[in-house]
Amino acid sequence: MKEIYFDNAATTKTDKRVLKEMLPYFKGKYGNPNSMHNKGIEARQAIEEARQKVSNILNCSKEEIIFTGSGTESDNLAIFGYARKNRDKGKHIITTKIEHHAVSHCFERLSKEGFDVTFLDVDSEGFVFAEDLKKAIRNDTIFVSIIYANNEIGTIQNIKELAKICKEKGVAFHTDACQAANYCNIDVLDLGVDMMTLNGSKIYGPKGVGILYKKKGVEIEPILYGGGQENGIRSGTENVANIVGFAKALELVYEEKEKEIRKLTELRDYFINELLKIPDTKLNGPRENRLPNNVNVSFANIEGESLLLLLNEEGIFASTGSACSSKDLAPSHVVTAIGNSPEIAHSSMRFSLGKDITKKQIDIALGFIENFVKKLRKMSPLDFSIEELIMKNKKARECGE
Amino acid sequence: MADIKKHGKEWFYSKIVKEHFFHPKNMALSDKDIELIRPNGVGEVGSPACGDVMRMWISVENGKIKRCRWRTFGCTSAIASTSMLSVMITEKGGMKLEEAEKITAKDILDRLGGLPPNKIHCSVLGDQALKAAIKDYRKNEK
Ligand SMILES: Cc1ncc(COP(=O)(O)O)c(C=O)c1O
Ligand code: FES
Repeated sequence: MKEIYFDNAATTKTDKRVLKEMLPYFKGKYGNPNSMHNKGIEARQAIEEARQKVSNILNCSKEEIIFTGSGTESDNLAIFGYARKNRDKGKHIITTKIEHHAVSHCFERLSKEGFDVTFLDVDSEGFVFAEDLKKAIRNDTIFVSIIYANNEIGTIQNIKELAKICKEKGVAFHTDACQAANYCNIDVLDLGVDMMTLNGSKIYGPKGVGILYKKKGVEIEPILYGGGQENGIRSGTENVANIVGFAKALELVYEEKEKEIRKLTELRDYFINELLKIPDTKLNGPRENRLPNNVNVSFANIEGESLLLLLNEEGIFASTGSACSSKDLAPSHVVTAIGNSPEIAHSSMRFSLGKDITKKQIDIALGFIENFVKKLRKMSPLDFSIEELIMKNKKARECGE
Repeated sequence: MADIKKHGKEWFYSKIVKEHFFHPKNMALSDKDIELIRPNGVGEVGSPACGDVMRMWISVENGKIKRCRWRTFGCTSAIASTSMLSVMITEKGGMKLEEAEKITAKDILDRLGGLPPNKIHCSVLGDQALKAAIKDYRKNEK
């Protein structure tokens, strides 16, 4: 059974070298790092070594790394933690319309807690305008969170520039870098960020582990209370194996970064160019400053979930921004935020590459994609050209009546 | 292309749903397909913005639906539901219009062996498209 895995933005396969580092912590080295005996010390040392490795790569000090249970948890900790701790300084917080739900839903929650939230627009390729951020910052703005590289359309923001604006205005800045870690600069000093989220699941590491980089002096409130681990910021017995795995995975992607960028950029551009040869197909997201592993296109008049499942049957795994595949039956907020009609969002497919992908696999997939798009178009009562769909009412309409 | 084998893993759709999705029955592959059945009623429901549109052509003779063709823009469930509905109304010599009008989403669901809970609405469109086609037929008859 041969499989072609185009869903590396959802999660990556754990690297064998990562797994090997983790295994001892499921076997002999099972101690609780908070215990005072040797079993505990052994586990504590593993965590502190991992912390050292991570801080070396991020160019920060060990004390600035907080291990958490996921990217979602790190985002929640940064956002709730900062906003609730600093609410006496101001009630205005800023984010964008293309955040991962792990960020956007926190902001929605905070708006119910009395915070005033601005969701910044993005342009047709998903970029945040520095000017918009400047204008949005008010006297009572305390916090900004902007996704580094978008998980759906691959847009990479100029985080350095955005962080600088916040710094000048004395506003704390967090970036969700889960998708960026493999391909972008994650030197926190150089970026000038106050907080940054990473997770293991996207870097060929284990799922269910994340980190929050929190610059010294940035004060946040915990979201979990208990034994006071991680300097009182994140209670709960540390997941030693996952933490060790996370550090190893980050080291590996850091070492292999340049090579992967070169290889995947070439494959990505080939894939995009071939897909755009299918009539009435549109690229979502930019050509430049795009994640090297992200391909996202819309095929007019077909619905993404049905294409996803036809491909699934052939062992080809992708994802879609169609409403039909989402829990809330709404089309992707990211694909619509860049000005696409809901029709285009329903027709959008994301193919996210990873380090094991070969050109041969892409060619095989292209053959199936082309056939299935043809098949589904024959089944479809719609007959719009992609230009007509692009022109359509750009606002999401109410569905379900 | 040939070196990818079917892996036959189950997903959350029933066998019957999959069968109708991968091998849809009575689907209009071309305009010729539609002409051939000499349709005397057509109905369309849904909205492309909402992600599902169904169009159904029926050919009624002596008060029974003899043949039917359809096209659907939508998910697996929507496609399988339309396909199943097209079988239900044309099997056994064709269904009487009065009975066809009484088909509910639940009837389609039962024949499909169920759908995932958040996909139930996809089968609702099917019976609505059929009702629209019957209405169109009755209007044409007058
Ligand atoms: C940009 C981004 N942020 C946050 C998350 C959530 O991470 P996790 O699944 O580790 O909670 C993901 C992955 O799903 C992501 O892509
Ligand atoms: S047609 Fe959208 S969920 Fe079925």
